[in-house]
Amino acid sequence: MAALEHLPVQEAMSLRALRASMRFGTRVASVVALVLVWQAISDSGIVTAFQLPSFTRVLARIWDDAVAGDLWVNTAVTLYRALIGFAIASVGGIALGMAMSRLKLVHWFFDPLISVGFPMPKIAFLPVIILWLGVYDTSKITMVVFDAVFPVIAATIIAIDGVERELLWSARNMGANEREILWQVVLPAASPQIMTGLQVALPLSLIVAVVTEMLMGGYGLGGAMITASRFANSPGVFAGIVEIAIVGYALVKIMSLIRHRLLIWHPEAHEPSTV
Amino acid sequence: MNAVLRYVPLLIVAAAWEAASRLGLVSSLALPPLSDVIASWIDLLRDGDLLTNAGPSLYRLAAGLALAILVGALLGLGMAWWKPVNVVLAPVVEIFYPLPKSALIPVTAIWLGFGDGSKILLIFLGCMIPVTIAAFNGARGCDRMLLWSARSMGASRLRVLWDVVLPGAMPELLNGIRTAIALSFILLVSSELIVAQRGFGYLIGSLGANGSYEAMYAVVFTVAFLGFAVDRLYQMLVQRVLIWRL
Repeated sequence: MAALEHLPVQEAMSLRALRASMRFGTRVASVVALVLVWQAISDSGIVTAFQLPSFTRVLARIWDDAVAGDLWVNTAVTLYRALIGFAIASVGGIALGMAMSRLKLVHWFFDPLISVGFPMPKIAFLPVIILWLGVYDTSKITMVVFDAVFPVIAATIIAIDGVERELLWSARNMGANEREILWQVVLPAASPQIMTGLQVALPLSLIVAVVTEMLMGGYGLGGAMITASRFANSPGVFAGIVEIAIVGYALVKIMSLIRHRLLIWHPEAHEPSTV
Repeated sequence: MNAVLRYVPLLIVAAAWEAASRLGLVSSLALPPLSDVIASWIDLLRDGDLLTNAGPSLYRLAAGLALAILVGALLGLGMAWWKPVNVVLAPVVEIFYPLPKSALIPVTAIWLGFGDGSKILLIFLGCMIPVTIAAFNGARGCDRMLLWSARSMGASRLRVLWDVVLPGAMPELLNGIRTAIALSFILLVSSELIVAQRGFGYLIGSLGANGSYEAMYAVVFTVAFLGFAVDRLYQMLVQRVLIWRL
């Protein structure tokens, strides 16, 4: 009897593992296919080597960058700007969102600013930020924060407003004070949606970090790409795309792993993930 | 009255801006007074600089977005409706989804030069993925019961796609298009700031380089409020379109 009870669980586990490995397999296969198509197009001579340098040349270029050390410096610089900006935007955005959902006055003041500011293309303010803060790290990180903070604030407000009343009433009934309710009830209950806001903000941070580097030049993956493009060095440009794509993919994956890890107690962790 | 009260904080910020630069708290070079910015906005409008640069920008935006919405929605619906399409395209979408779209700016410039074509391609490529994913999720999430009923009442597959799946996917699809609109403004302005001879981004860059900061502020705020206005109009439109759901 005991063995029978075990069976479905084990079967489900192995099925899940099988499915995961199959998904991994198709993913690898499609990356390989994409690379093969790229190589075939550039070898066939339909396009010039300037328009699409062959994958092997781009790979060689990435290898050279890695050996020379530029790749690591540029990646580190870009990640530093994107992640510091993201961290400031996360902490500040969650704090402001919490303040707005608890204090009427704060809500009154910031609500119109955020509803006007959220849909604005903040990148247009870049020349202004350069005028104020120069062309170094400070202005780039400021720009990242400026862009990434809005989705975090919006998600935090929606998340806290959506916390079930019953949870608050029960906690209050059992004698919890406001502070305990905030930290032990409201924040955990709101955390899935806040995480979603952070998952929107993270790729945005990387987009903005790359754009600011392109506009101001200097170190960083975006800066390296724009330098290559100014010298009409197309393998350098395509190497930049591949590098930035890998960094972006890694960040998005790490973020969804963190989400899974942090929300392991939440029912959503047991549902099959969609994307 | 309530609406006016609601936007009082914006007036407070505007007044603080005017006061800060009039009273010399900040350099009027770094932050020209709001009234000067408005005056130079009127000048820009009068001598036509604003309008001649608005034309190309709006054209790029509209063309890129229209292509992205059309192709993205077709791909997403196709992926949800025909398994082979999904098998082929899903990994490609998954690879390009996390790519910071701004990395495509130099590549589109290599392919199509510095004119309209490269910006339209950039906006198309960058905005297509969110629309595709939204269409896919929306179509996948539509009610099975409705599908079965339509099929059992003899509707053809294409008919079901058009009459059941597309309306079912609409809310999510429209949401994805909203993301795409926001992204399209970011891509437009940043690509025009980097390489362009016309357009809002170009105008901002050249005014900044000349040191006419009041005018630069005027254009920056024009673009920002344009983005805001388009988003608001879109939301009003969406409410009209989705009225049957209520």
